[in-house]
This record gives sequence, structure tokens and C-alpha cells, in this order.
Amino acid sequence: MIALGLEGSANKLGVGLILHPPKGGAAHILSNVRHTFVSPPGEGFLPKDTAKHHRLWIIRLVRQAMKEAALRVEDINCICYTKGPGMGAPLQSVAVAARMLGLLWEKKLVGVNHCVGHIEMGREITGAQNPVVLYVSGGNTQVIAYASQRYRIFGEALDIAVGNCLDRFARTLRISNDPAPGYNIEQMAKQGRHLVDLPYAVKGMDCSFSGILASIDILAEKVDANQGGRKDDLTNEVITREDLCFSLQETVYAMLVEITERAMAHVGSSQVLIVGGVGSNERLQEMMGIMARNRRGSVFATDERFCIDNGIMIAHAGLLAYETGSTTAFEDSTCTQRFRTDEVFVKWRE
Amino acid sequence: MEITNVSPLPLPLPPPFTHTHPAPTLITQGAEALLYRTHFLRPAHPCALKHRPAKAYRHPTLDKRLTRHRILSEARTLVKCRREGVSVPGVLALDAEAGWMLMEWVEGRTVKEVVVAAESKGKKGEGEQERNGEGKGEAGEDDGLRVLMGKIGRAVGRMHEVGVVHGDLTTSNMMLVVRPSQQSPPPLRNDGRTDGEGSYVGGGGRLEEVEEEEGEIVLIDFGLAAQSLQDEDKAVDLYVLERAFGSTHPEAEAGFREVLRAYGESYRGAKVVLRRLEDVRLRGRKRSMLG
Repeated sequence: MIALGLEGSANKLGVGLILHPPKGGAAHILSNVRHTFVSPPGEGFLPKDTAKHHRLWIIRLVRQAMKEAALRVEDINCICYTKGPGMGAPLQSVAVAARMLGLLWEKKLVGVNHCVGHIEMGREITGAQNPVVLYVSGGNTQVIAYASQRYRIFGEALDIAVGNCLDRFARTLRISNDPAPGYNIEQMAKQGRHLVDLPYAVKGMDCSFSGILASIDILAEKVDANQGGRKDDLTNEVITREDLCFSLQETVYAMLVEITERAMAHVGSSQVLIVGGVGSNERLQEMMGIMARNRRGSVFATDERFCIDNGIMIAHAGLLAYETGSTTAFEDSTCTQRFRTDEVFVKWRE
Repeated sequence: MEITNVSPLPLPLPPPFTHTHPAPTLITQGAEALLYRTHFLRPAHPCALKHRPAKAYRHPTLDKRLTRHRILSEARTLVKCRREGVSVPGVLALDAEAGWMLMEWVEGRTVKEVVVAAESKGKKGEGEQERNGEGKGEAGEDDGLRVLMGKIGRAVGRMHEVGVVHGDLTTSNMMLVVRPSQQSPPPLRNDGRTDGEGSYVGGGGRLEEVEEEEGEIVLIDFGLAAQSLQDEDKAVDLYVLERAFGSTHPEAEAGFREVLRAYGESYRGAKVVLRRLEDVRLRGRKRSMLG
């Protein structure tokens, strides 16, 4: 069976085509195309502009995906789209496109939970069996484990998501948003050497990032204004913008690894799967690997094609649901900004 | 402390415990810390060693800062609880830089074990119950659990009254302990008192027979504890316990009402916290996921 997946819950618009072989086995990715709305340095992406971007690009991307996969419309079994969570206006644009294609091609629709899309794609690509999942992106920070037909949230960010914290700090420093603010912070952090003290906010399996952002924003102001050059306590060297990127990464990723380890100890699992855009950060993957090795476990991560929002994950999760007989009726093909991971009944797993 | 069935890599003990004879035995490994059984000053005095080994994934400066802060904060909370008469293990020694703390050994079964045992006994039928000679049957069993639930409620209430929130209340973090009888030797204490009062060291030989309605609740693992007088924090503490109950003992969920009832009567201000708990429940984890 073949599914078309449309994703546009944030600033990435993704279209993917996936094939599930009739006798089971690994899924075939027929095409996976994406176009990202990049805002100027110092600015985030606004819902209005992002939705406009998606409307402008959706037809082109669907055409391109179909062409790459060399498929005819008749080959497609269902059209999957992101129902939520995400930004309202971009979600709506994509839902409208999905409905339009559904009517035009006379295909069933499947509304997909964005987070479940990430988890299922990560499992498919890495082959992780029953991992604890760390889902980290610009809008979401969750530690998830599967139990009796649901992806249960063990811990999560209590305020802003970790990716949002990084994105907004990139705005403070006016770092480029191309290809992604987090990527550019990661590159700068490689030059950083001094660790500045930042709040460390872990509560059980939950964590908080807004205080860290406020705190490092204040430090950034001082570095930029060069107010007497704040110095490192040990070496007496001047703190740089690179040091701030380094410190921010070290602090927030230590928090994420800590809550993941706690969840692993809690459920007795030795596998971790990292999904979501922040999951493509190599330092986070490295730290998670050290933790997992010390527990005699292993870490699974995917590269940017599958970590960062994409259409193929929506196609994959949607097709899993479709194969168990669940579709979304045309009149129910809405989208929602709030759609928790544990609301989805996972019929396709043991 | 979370118990894991994943066998961890053996981690080195901090000095001076590398030279302890007999060597400390590992009891459990949580995400953060390892708990060993060892002895304090003399071999006959058992105690618990909590070691927070350095986390290799963390920046060493950050790791030192966190370990130091957590050891000290846990010890301060325990000392405060002890001073105010809340039943917790006493602190014997610590080294915040090296990341370890010695505490009194709490001998007994966790409430989780007691409840699970009681539940399986309840399932087996009423006939075999030794304690219910009068033939009270299942009702008698329920009574035992209800007494236990009441004790939990009062223990948590007592802790909240003195301004401590536990942060990780589960049935695994509560022990049911029978005080040592008068005949047992007075344990060595760090505060000069020599009577058995307030100490849980070395219970004697009847631990396996501890029934639900006997004994006293001792709260353990204050690794996530904080000092707070706010109703919100206390309500969240209860909410954590409620959810832990729901997932660990689905059949004993009704018993949780008894925990809350006893809690409500345990100190002035408890009723306000219970009302706050209703709000916390409604909020639950249904917050928006938008950042």
C-alpha cells in the first residue's frame, strides 16, 4: 500500500510517498521532499507568513514528489496529513490541500498526530524495538514510552520547548536562521570553551527552559555591549558569544539526557530513540550515547531527513493507521493546535 | 529510587568505601544514584550509602555543581525532617564533593511490596488468612490495607506540615517498619540519644511477618525533595502519589481515598491542599504543547 503524507505544522513543508510491502517488512521511501520557510536573522517565523509559504509551495512539492516516485494517482491508497499539534494557520493550509487532493483524486484521508509520526518514523528507520523516546523540537519536548496501546508521556517541558529556547537565543544573537538556528548555534558552540553558570531546571522527569533563556539573554546583552568583558572564573578569559552557545547547549542537553535516563530507569528500558529537529544535534546524540552506554544500552537517532519535520513520517504513521482500518471522514478532517501524543489510540502495535 | 532491571556497568565506589570490609553491597541503581548497604563505624551498625557517581555525559563543572547541590539539599531536607519529628532515615555522614551520603539503614518492606502481597493474598481467597481467625474474610483484609493507607496519609501530612515536599512520592519510596523491641541493643546514634526511639536500625527477626496494620511509615529517597510551604507544591506532591498509585496498584486505587482522608485530618491547612489538588487534577497534563 502507498500513502501520500503532507506535513506543515511549523515552518517546514514536507511531502512524502511511502510504500508498505503487502507481506510486511521494511517500508520503502518513494520520495521525501521538503521546503523550509526561513525568516530573516533576529526574527521567528510568523504563522501568517508561514501559512502563505505553505500555500505557495504545496502544489509544486506534491508534483515533485509524484514525479520522483514515478507514481500515478491510481497507485495511492490514502492521503495523510498532520492534524496537529502545531501552528494554526500553517496546519490549516496543509489540511485544506489534503482535502482538496482527497476530493480531486477520490482518496480517503487520514489525520495524523505529528508526534506519533516522528516516533513511528524513528522506529521504522532505526529498528529500535521498544525504546524510551525523547522527542525534541521547536515546539515539543517530551519523554515518551509505549504502554498498552498508547505513547505515554513520562516527562515534558513545563513551559517553552527546548528548540524554542535555542531558536529564540539565536534571535537574540541575530544568528542566521538558515538552514536552522539550532544548527548554527551548534557550529558556534564548537568554538566555545568556557561554561557559564545557567539555571538547571529539572523536576523529576519534567524540565523548564524559559528561565534559562531569560538568564542567557541577559548574559548575551553584556557580551554584546562588551560591558567590561565578563570573565571566566577559572581562566580569567573573556566570555564570548561562542561560550554562551556552548554553555546553553551543555546545560539544556544535560537536562534532556537526565530526564531520559530517569525514564529509562523507571520503565526498565535500555534503548533510547531521539526524534524531532533538535535530535539532529550531534552533541545531544553524543551525550545520550555516553549515558546509554553506561547503562549497557544503545541510542538510536536519525539524520536530518527524518529528524526534522517531513512528509514521509506523516505518510508512514498515517498508513499504519489506515492498514488497521482507521481513516478520517471528510467532515472530520480538521486540524488542531493542541493534540497530545497520548490521545492517539495506537492500534498497530502489540 | 527507581529500580531498574537493566544490569548497569559496575561503578567504582568513592573512597573511603573502597577499603570498607566487608565491601558494601549494591541494593539498587536508580537513574541518579546507587544505593549500597554497608556499615557505620562498627560492623554491627548497618547503614545505607547513597552514591551519586559523576555523569560522564555532563560537563565536569556542571556535574560537580549539580552533585554537590543535590547531596547537600537532600541531607538538609532529611535533617530538617528528623528535627521536626518526621519519620525519615537520619544522616550519618556525607562528602558533597565526592558525591556520597551515609544514612541510617531502614529495615522493612516497601509499601509497594506490602500492598502487592496483600492484593495477591486477597485474590487467593479468604480461607487461608491466618490473622482473620474470627472469619472476617475479605473485609478484614481491606481493614488492614485501610489502616496502612491512613498511615501513609498521616506520614505525608506530617512531612508537608513541616514544609517539605518529597518530589517523588511513590509506594516504592515508603517503607513499612516495625520499631525494634526493647530487648534489641540500642543502636548507635549521631545525636547522642541511645534509646530505640526514632531509629529504624536493625529490626530483629520478624520483618517478614509485618502486616499492613502494624508498623510505621518511613519516607525514603529525598533526592528530588524541596522545602516549600506552598499549597500548590504540596498538592502536586499528592498528585504524583495519586498517579503512582493508579499505575502501580490499580486495584488499590479506592484505598487512595483513605490516604487523602487521613491526610486531610493530619495538620492544619491540609484541607486547603486537598482543594488545591482538585485544581491540579483538572489541569493534569493537559497543557497546551505550543512553545
